[in-house]
Amino acid sequence: MEKRISLAHGDGGELSHRLIKSVFVEAFGHNNEAMFDASALTIPVRDIAVTTDSFVIKPVFFPGGSIGKLAVAGTVNDLAVSGAKPLYLTCGFVIEEGFEISDLRAIVSDMAKEAKKTGVTIIAGDTKVVERGSADGVYINTTGIGIYENGRKPSLQFTEGDAVIISGTIGDHGIAVLAERGELGISVPIDSDCASLNTMLLKVCEEIDDVRIMRDPTRGGLATTLVEIAEDFSLTIVLNESSIPVREEVHGMCELIGFDPLYIANEGKAILIVPNEHKDKVMEILLQFPEGKDAAVIGEVTGTEKGQLLLETPLGSKRLLTRLAGMMLPRIC
Amino acid sequence: MQELLKQSSNPEILKPLLQAVKEKAAEFISLYGRKPAFMEVCGSHTMALAKSGVKQALREDVSLISGPGCPVCVTDQHSIDSMIALAEGDGRIICTFGDMMKVPGSRQSLMDAKINGKDIRVVYSPVDSIRIAEENPGKEVIFLGIGFETTIPILAILVEEAYKKGLGNFSIWMTTKLVEPILRHLLNCGDVMLDGFLLPGHVSIVLGEEAYSFLPEEYNIGGVISGFEPAELLSGIYKLLDIAITKDTRIINDHPSVVTKSGNVVAKQLMEKYFSLCDEAWRGIGSIPSSGLSIRREFDQFDAKKKFKVDPGEPKKTKCRCGEVIRGLINPTDCVLFGKACNPMKPVGPCMVSAEGSCAAYYQYMRECN
Repeated sequence: MEKRISLAHGDGGELSHRLIKSVFVEAFGHNNEAMFDASALTIPVRDIAVTTDSFVIKPVFFPGGSIGKLAVAGTVNDLAVSGAKPLYLTCGFVIEEGFEISDLRAIVSDMAKEAKKTGVTIIAGDTKVVERGSADGVYINTTGIGIYENGRKPSLQFTEGDAVIISGTIGDHGIAVLAERGELGISVPIDSDCASLNTMLLKVCEEIDDVRIMRDPTRGGLATTLVEIAEDFSLTIVLNESSIPVREEVHGMCELIGFDPLYIANEGKAILIVPNEHKDKVMEILLQFPEGKDAAVIGEVTGTEKGQLLLETPLGSKRLLTRLAGMMLPRIC
Repeated sequence: MQELLKQSSNPEILKPLLQAVKEKAAEFISLYGRKPAFMEVCGSHTMALAKSGVKQALREDVSLISGPGCPVCVTDQHSIDSMIALAEGDGRIICTFGDMMKVPGSRQSLMDAKINGKDIRVVYSPVDSIRIAEENPGKEVIFLGIGFETTIPILAILVEEAYKKGLGNFSIWMTTKLVEPILRHLLNCGDVMLDGFLLPGHVSIVLGEEAYSFLPEEYNIGGVISGFEPAELLSGIYKLLDIAITKDTRIINDHPSVVTKSGNVVAKQLMEKYFSLCDEAWRGIGSIPSSGLSIRREFDQFDAKKKFKVDPGEPKKTKCRCGEVIRGLINPTDCVLFGKACNPMKPVGPCMVSAEGSCAAYYQYMRECN
């Protein structure tokens, strides 16, 4: 087996065949899917959920995960926060000429491990190789298919007093990746929170009757996702700043470079809005899981007319949180 | 340290402190029949006051006026246009703090120039630009050196490093500003009535407490050197009120764990070694004599202003009132452009995009909540 990806690995010939067989089929396994241009599946007659996502993270390996783990966990989480049980995944790889095959193998192995852990089957895939310089290492596109097993979708019906819960500390993924890129000039002992949340979230859906909504606050962070929810459903949501869990290392790093953890990406966290009377039960469930051990009630829905997100500071002042205008940039002092 | 920071935003500590400040402000108001007015000199204070909610909580009690301490905001349009024009030249790598990227030039911003293919890199630490110069010997690497005394010593280290390494492809475009000359200018103009200054902890680490003695001695106005955490801000304002009420005009060092009487002597020596005083143009104010630093003649080879000729043309005139905002004459919301034609996505002036800009602080943290 060659050490690096060449353009010939993408031309559909012998090298392509060998790559698929030795890297992908070996890791993902298959019944007969790889023999056809499409997989034949059986999906129970129920409502299904479909999602697609692309992963272009740099670096491809980071503390706490890799682009492979992220691709599976990210897709699984999109299904899980919709209340669906993830069943199948497809993946398309765009690989840069010269990419180390050992790295590709490690990425694919991470995907297989995460898929096994979450109980999804990778049923179809594709690889394309582009010239050196036309892509940055490897990109992965996925599609995920899930089913609504017990018919319980988040209701999207809100009332005043609904509790807003976050399943753990915010900003870990964004800061871990930034630190790993070596751009901060400081090493930060933080792992990405990259994790699949399907078991935990589906347990919540099973035990709680009326989950209003679940979302995973990835790009744009907690604030951006909650602004979207507030606007989409005309809710006033008030967050209590001192109850939002932020790791000390993340807080310190953000202070230093002028970032706000509220806007930093997460890859293993979920926001849940639930009826106030069920919040303690939801917290009890979340706290049983390692992915939910730092869960906290961080705010509540205080109105159902205006679409706005407010943050109450420890002083009792409230300020409006909006979408981030453009990217966050490091400051002068 | 982290534990201390946590305590500094503990509601149980903050709420009684806020109450004490409110009571002290009421005492001032009953004595003088008006609200006390303090200027926070530094942009980081402006941001911290708005982000923590201190400013909002004291809306009825104390006027907190933003001063000329945001390095991007005080840079005049011609300098900004020059830096962008510099980036447009071929064979150059421009290194900059992130704050500069979105600052609107008369024709485009550095962000626009980057999108159009120019090599512009945001660095977290200025020292990264030295490494970039070493890695790219065929290119001219230019660091955009803006900032006050907090940042200037680091620029001196850059010159020192470049000199030691004999880097022929590295230079700094200096448009630095100094704290004392601008405070003197504001007080000499007398446009804004002030009862004291909230002085920035981080600049004071370099400058030292003594650097502000001219305020009580020559202008009979007091100041408090303060940190940036909510409890520190409230404590600083409380002490400013105390000075204003007792008329015991002086400088109080409320950040003594890091600010000493004479400051960081090594940093001052470094600045002295590589830089000399020069006139600087300030946005909305004009040129103030000896209000900035430029690279000494002996180190000319690292002075981008001498190395490269740029002609950005005449700055475009807009209705932007950043100049008045940084002098404390108006609030950002008094500008007709605020929040409408000028917002963080489409800024007209630098105060709307800088991480320390007053307009950005108002837009991000102080728009009306219903």
